[in-house]
Amino acid sequence: MHPLQPAPAAAKPKQKIKTGSLQKKETIAGLLFVSPMLIGVSVLTLIPILATFMLSFADWNFIAGFKDMKWVGLANFERLFQDDAFMKSLKNNGYFLLTVPIYMAFSMFLAVVIDKHVYMKGYFKVAYFMPYISSIVAVAIVWQVLFHPSAGPVNQLLMSLGIENPPKWIADPKYALPSLMMISIWTAIGFNMIVYIAALQSIPRDLYEAADIDGANNWVKFKSITFPQLSSTSFFLLITGIISTFKVFDLIAILTKGGPISSTSMIVWYLYDTAFVNLKIGYASSMAVILFACVMFITLLQWIGQKKWVNY
Amino acid sequence: MTVNKLERLRKGVITILMLAVSILFLLPFIWMLSASFKIEADVFTYPIQWIPTKWHMIENYTEVWVGKFPFYKYYWNTVKVTILTTTASAFVSALAAYGFSKINFGAGKYLFMIVLATYMIPQQAILVPQFILYRSIGFFDSHLGLILLSSFSVLGTFMLRQFFMGVHNEYIESAKIDGAGHWRIFWKIAFPLVRPAVATYAILRFIWTWNDYQNPLIFLRTDKLYTIQLAMQKFSTINGEFYSLIMAAAVSAILPLLIVFIIGQKSVIEGIALGGVKG
Repeated sequence: MHPLQPAPAAAKPKQKIKTGSLQKKETIAGLLFVSPMLIGVSVLTLIPILATFMLSFADWNFIAGFKDMKWVGLANFERLFQDDAFMKSLKNNGYFLLTVPIYMAFSMFLAVVIDKHVYMKGYFKVAYFMPYISSIVAVAIVWQVLFHPSAGPVNQLLMSLGIENPPKWIADPKYALPSLMMISIWTAIGFNMIVYIAALQSIPRDLYEAADIDGANNWVKFKSITFPQLSSTSFFLLITGIISTFKVFDLIAILTKGGPISSTSMIVWYLYDTAFVNLKIGYASSMAVILFACVMFITLLQWIGQKKWVNY
Repeated sequence: MTVNKLERLRKGVITILMLAVSILFLLPFIWMLSASFKIEADVFTYPIQWIPTKWHMIENYTEVWVGKFPFYKYYWNTVKVTILTTTASAFVSALAAYGFSKINFGAGKYLFMIVLATYMIPQQAILVPQFILYRSIGFFDSHLGLILLSSFSVLGTFMLRQFFMGVHNEYIESAKIDGAGHWRIFWKIAFPLVRPAVATYAILRFIWTWNDYQNPLIFLRTDKLYTIQLAMQKFSTINGEFYSLIMAAAVSAILPLLIVFIIGQKSVIEGIALGGVKG
């Protein structure tokens, strides 16, 4: 008999139980810590997105109550692509994409200049950032007044410069969308510039020192060091910028309500109008599905693109 | 001239040029401020009077704050909603971020992936179901409902998780050996270490909530519950012809943010640069 023999055998299961119960405790603690977030996300995001998909197959007016809901299959989507107002909104979203490269170019230029070539960097950061921290409602209302067709300072200035019939800006179907795009560019520059400045500061200095030794001028340095080194940041800003153009709503809701003659209607505005003004829940949900698909598609593009095109 | 002097001269010239460009960004704000001090008849005079000839500042701001459509009520609503949202969202995010980074449990990885995936969903795509849900459980047209809508931030969780991952595991292991549970470790050790990151996130969330227009528009109906953004739009519809008052309202709406931004400037800029985050 070896009295000691059973001891390790007995100790083993004991230890196992101990680590097992420890792991169980860890799991419970983990679940407790993440549960508020999980419950919130499930109730307020996951269930609603499933509901959006379901409702997109229904014809339903919210006021009528659940029993009047009719399942119509893909009819909402068929109708959507024959709906001139929706196609017009989609087209306007397309035009709005133009704002992204424009403000990125401005932001990159300003970032490069502010990072290296000026005094009072702090002042410049705050000045260009003002539109971003200001509420969009206040900003929109100020621009509404500045763009006032007859009395607004912008047109007063244009008229005093000898332009007899200046555009009516947001009141003119031809100029309304470009006006919104201009305001949007103006508000986006600060944010993009700050991201670019941060990215500039992480470019290794010795790259520039080496270029100095080779006698490269500023343009050559920008073209062959700065621009390529910023490519991952640019790609990131391009993607988030494109996604944010799909979400444009506040400016339209405050300034134009989609008008004049639906010249500034965009997907989210049309969705809002259909759901909350006309109460066509099913039809609005089919637009929500299209919106979701667009954003999803661009996000996937980002995942693929990040590996392929970005020069780190 | 030496190269150094030439360099400084060039920098000076560029600074002056950039100052001129920056005016473009500030002019609308200066115009707004100046208009808010004027009598109505002077708002649109041309050439623009940047410094009012007839001051009407006290009258304008009194009308906005305690007049027929008193701003102090909407201010209080906004302060309440913003502070509660910011606190709740920072707390929930910090808890989840700790759970996802410092507690080792099998399901954690997958749950985190699910949470992260929901970040792709634009809120506008789920507005309608959220609205129906709120109507049926009675959260519609309440501050509680509005606060809950922005209290579960995937972005906050992601951001803070990065910082919790930077907290050394030895701290946590040794606290465990001393018999501390996760709640105590979180509260006494981990949270204080990531406090600067929480502050950065909180300032960003503060700005976004203060400026939020879409959610109050859709989820609030009663006048007296309005936040400042909704109130300002209503105010401008009611006072359509009184631009000096509208501008005084706009200045009042922007001012607190400007103060928060100037105090927390470093945090805000770092936070934005860090993840290139966006509301």
